[in-house]
Amino acid sequence: MTIAPALHLDGAASFDGVPVFAGVSLDVPAGQWTCLLGSSGVGKSTVLKLFAGLDAGVEFDGALGASDGPLAGQVALMAQDDLLLPWLSVTENVLLGARLRGTRPDHARAQSVLARVGLTDKADRRPGELSGGQRQRVALARTLMEDRPVVLLDEPFSALDARTRAQMQELTAEVLTGRTVLLVTHEPAEAARLGHSIKVMTETGLIDVTPPPGDIPRPVDDPAVLRVQTSLLAQLREDANARD
Amino acid sequence: MMRGWQSAVASAVLGLALWQGVVWAYDLPRFILPGPVLVAETMWKSRALIAEHTLITATEVLIGLVLGAVLGGLSAIGLAASPMARSLVKPLLVFSQAIPVFALAPILTLWLGYGLGSKIAMAVIIIYFPVTSSFFDALMRTNPDWLGLARVMGARPARIMWHIRIPAALPGFASGLRLAAVYAPIGAIIGEWVGASKGLGYLMLLANGRAKIDLMFAALIVLAIFTILLHVAVGKLAEKLFERA
Repeated sequence: MTIAPALHLDGAASFDGVPVFAGVSLDVPAGQWTCLLGSSGVGKSTVLKLFAGLDAGVEFDGALGASDGPLAGQVALMAQDDLLLPWLSVTENVLLGARLRGTRPDHARAQSVLARVGLTDKADRRPGELSGGQRQRVALARTLMEDRPVVLLDEPFSALDARTRAQMQELTAEVLTGRTVLLVTHEPAEAARLGHSIKVMTETGLIDVTPPPGDIPRPVDDPAVLRVQTSLLAQLREDANARD
Repeated sequence: MMRGWQSAVASAVLGLALWQGVVWAYDLPRFILPGPVLVAETMWKSRALIAEHTLITATEVLIGLVLGAVLGGLSAIGLAASPMARSLVKPLLVFSQAIPVFALAPILTLWLGYGLGSKIAMAVIIIYFPVTSSFFDALMRTNPDWLGLARVMGARPARIMWHIRIPAALPGFASGLRLAAVYAPIGAIIGEWVGASKGLGYLMLLANGRAKIDLMFAALIVLAIFTILLHVAVGKLAEKLFERA
């Protein structure tokens, strides 16, 4: 992995003439977790798509990029849906990038990545035979296999049950250390646990929120984390009221 | 509830009984509607003749099926890969469906002669559209998030097609093939009716012309059984090949 760059986005986006967001100025510090929190429909996923280069149909007016040049080829993506291909085994899914680029698959590294997410014994299974949490761990392994300095996370834990979600948050925070991570979420608790910096996306722009002290993943029951979680929720509700 | 084969046997018996009942009730002469017993007798007596012509029709159908599947499959991939091809060729394909395939049979016989060629061509033409369109539709329905992921991974369109879109669309291809298995014999038989010296379609016309209605029915039933077996075999094969996962 090369040194992780910082990301920036400054501008407005519209889809089919309808504004998605206006006047957003976002800085994602290098090598850290940034949580972009917002309610549905506020355009936070569009921000992520723009960074991923998947902005089909979105008109973006402004500037975005990485501190060290173009973003293409530096980004890995993990979404709410694990996006595993059902006809491939777990290992083949982890090696999907090599298959798609036509490069030599590194089986040894796939094995070590699977070991890191605790799925060594599932290597030859099909995704259909795994639980939701296990599937998401395969998706994490596939993301790690890509070994990109920037990782974009689009609500990757929101379909999981509470216990599995907490475990996945901890595992993901651990294995993505040192990378520039942008996590889009609608969960205040998640942002309070995982953000080195936390931004709330509202109709009127981004609000910087001071994160709780301590390194991530922060304990779920830490009073400081709970306080930040409460104030984030208040901010989301305020934004919702302002829109109604 | 009866199981699949039990209900198939039961409805076959019911059909035969109805058939025999109609023959008895109206006292129909054998040159109008022969009864099932007579047809069965004829089928047995003329088994060599029927087998010979079945082999011809089966050859036409199987070659047509393979060619139609390959052509339809490649066309669907080409259309799915290229928006240019879609805008140029798709209207043409839809228009071609407005032409009754039956009307093409005499022309194909004129161009390709009385042999296997014109019948294979008919079978290919009749299955080409169902195969192409069901595979094409499936290719266009690929989960857009898979495509997004593949693009972020730096995949080129051809590799996305080969490693994601085609495998994901194979069940659609399989359902096209199952339809094709039923349509292909229709194509071959029409071709034989218009001009042939061999095949079950030819045998049916010949028997009809000589008032050998029992032989005609025997050929018809063999054709129907062949079609059903083909449909089942293609279904099993498609399931085995394409519906893993």
